[in-house]
Amino acid sequence: MGGRKPRLPIPEEELLAPGHRACAGCGSALCVRLCLKALGKNTIVVTSTGCIEVTTTPYPETAWKVPWIHVAFENAAAVASGVERALKALGKDDVTVAVFAGDGGTVDIGFQALSGMVERGHNVVYICYDNEAYMNTGVQRSGATPPYAATTTTPAGKVWRGEMRPKKDVPRIMVDHGVPYVATACVSFPQDLIKKVKKAKKVDGPAYVHVLCPCPPGWGYDSSETIEIGELAVETGMWVLYEVEDGEFRLTYRPKERKPVEEYLKRQKRFQHLTEDEIEEIQRMVDEQWEELEKLAEK
Amino acid sequence: MSESEVRVINGNYAAAEAVRLVDVDVIAAYPITPQTPVVEYLSEFIANGELDAEFIHVESEHSAISAVIGASATGVRVFTATASQGLALMHEVLFIASGMRLPIVMAVANRALSAPINIWCDHSDAMAQRDACWIQLYCESNQEILDTIIQAYRIAEHEDVLLPVMVCFDGFTLSHTLEPVEIPPKEKVQEFVGEFEPTHCRLDPEEPMTLGPVGGPDCYMEFKKMQDEAMKEAERVIGEVNREFADEFGRSYGNGLVEEYNTEDADYIVIAMGSVCGTVKHVIDEERPDVGLIRVKSYRPFPGEQIAEIIQDREGVVTIDRAHSYGAMPPLWTDVKAHAPDVEISSTIAGLGGRDIRPEDVLKAIEVAEKGKGTDEPVWINVNA
Repeated sequence: MGGRKPRLPIPEEELLAPGHRACAGCGSALCVRLCLKALGKNTIVVTSTGCIEVTTTPYPETAWKVPWIHVAFENAAAVASGVERALKALGKDDVTVAVFAGDGGTVDIGFQALSGMVERGHNVVYICYDNEAYMNTGVQRSGATPPYAATTTTPAGKVWRGEMRPKKDVPRIMVDHGVPYVATACVSFPQDLIKKVKKAKKVDGPAYVHVLCPCPPGWGYDSSETIEIGELAVETGMWVLYEVEDGEFRLTYRPKERKPVEEYLKRQKRFQHLTEDEIEEIQRMVDEQWEELEKLAEK
Repeated sequence: MSESEVRVINGNYAAAEAVRLVDVDVIAAYPITPQTPVVEYLSEFIANGELDAEFIHVESEHSAISAVIGASATGVRVFTATASQGLALMHEVLFIASGMRLPIVMAVANRALSAPINIWCDHSDAMAQRDACWIQLYCESNQEILDTIIQAYRIAEHEDVLLPVMVCFDGFTLSHTLEPVEIPPKEKVQEFVGEFEPTHCRLDPEEPMTLGPVGGPDCYMEFKKMQDEAMKEAERVIGEVNREFADEFGRSYGNGLVEEYNTEDADYIVIAMGSVCGTVKHVIDEERPDVGLIRVKSYRPFPGEQIAEIIQDREGVVTIDRAHSYGAMPPLWTDVKAHAPDVEISSTIAGLGGRDIRPEDVLKAIEVAEKGKGTDEPVWINVNA
């Protein structure tokens, strides 16, 4: 990983206790653990229904060392709006409000509440832990499932070739909402992630961080390979690390030489059915997207 | 201390005025007919500095109830209001508000449910939420709306209750109709409601709590049973708050749960809820001194034993439901019957979708009881064949 900048120290204090029920190698649990280090103790967390909520709070146990609330699947952003305004009413202006919601809870069922929350300008750090499908219910496609990925509701067969729609680009939609800080990240790049969440925390107003979180059972790879798979997503350009501060776009990591997408795809069961033509098509899509982002970065 | 003031206001204004007097901290609401003016009046109060509250202009009722859950869990007094489709959209979240034992107060300007779309009054909206473990209090007058919302905070926040309260009032019939209402001084209301100091459920980094966890088969039933016990406690607390309110403000509404009108020597008993009770009282006064009324103010908790006792040994008993449980018997009848299985009770359905319930319609309902009809299927009043 030659292109990396010098490492930032990662805060040692753990605010997500071990012993939670997430799978071995869970990218999403790692995401929460790292983000909490950046957010710090003085934070109230709102979580939507999903993997993280289910695995961290089997009553009477909890993995959360910060105040935490879960209400439902689609309303984390609305709940956070209420928490934020209540803190304002109480005159507590030093407490950070953060949301952890999965891709389903963000790009699909929770999208309206998210749009409302950022439009109203609530001072909330919204973190989407994106494992690219409904993993909590057993790998069904979401709006964030990438093209050609096989899920239980987009199986690869004679007629269907896996997911047939492009991944919904919510970070860009957040930029179009005028959100002052929008960033993408990946758990395989912890310094980059922490830096971005720290920036998001400082923003006066809404901030949106979209984190790619590899999922061993959902994507079909060994649980020891999460970091490597995430790295390959970024090194191939399948996932791009950037931030948009007050509308200004910046790539935060540029692979020295982009690896062929095949290196990422062939490692995962969800892409095992792809033909050479289909892999080429994905490569073309990634090349086009990269070109577009390069242009944005030059502006 | 300043004096009470009598003003001629509509039901929506009475609701907003109560919220101002309680001095609520966070309001999240979405406009829907016939509740909309509540949202507008509250916005005006805040805009003019008459109420120091945070107003969240949510993008839906689903988010309105979700936002007040977040705010309530952070330790402040909250308010929201809705009706009809808006209440239906909240459905999922209503169960969570009560399951988390948050003392949220919500006004509901009762309105029919689609389809066909209809903006006028009936009780289908609130009846569809009867199993959400919210206390449901129904009002007959605008004065009662104001008084009940003030009381609702005391009931909801009582340590033996800790359940959300829905204050229901009939769309248009009350929400948009002017009546004289005595508005008590704010200091007196503040004294009555006291400080809100939640301890069981509060988001505070100084003392982290996990709210809304997973409850499996090993504990779910215990949580639900505790909610039911809290509802039973609420029956007592509603009565206590009604009495205390009477001591402070000189007004009471029956025993807080049911109001009896001319029941003592009545041969026939009408059981009803909401504004139609005013019409029933009028019919009793003008034409039928042999009839008594039981106005059910608290639908949840349901004071079934009290009602069962009152209706014993009568010539006839009839319920007037403004909602139906299609393919079964209407909700009010069903609840009464469950507590008085040996009493013959007639069932009528009237006033759906804003159809007026006129004095002659009340007389028709009494006639159903006189003839002993409607005991195994409801009689629809004033409906074209």
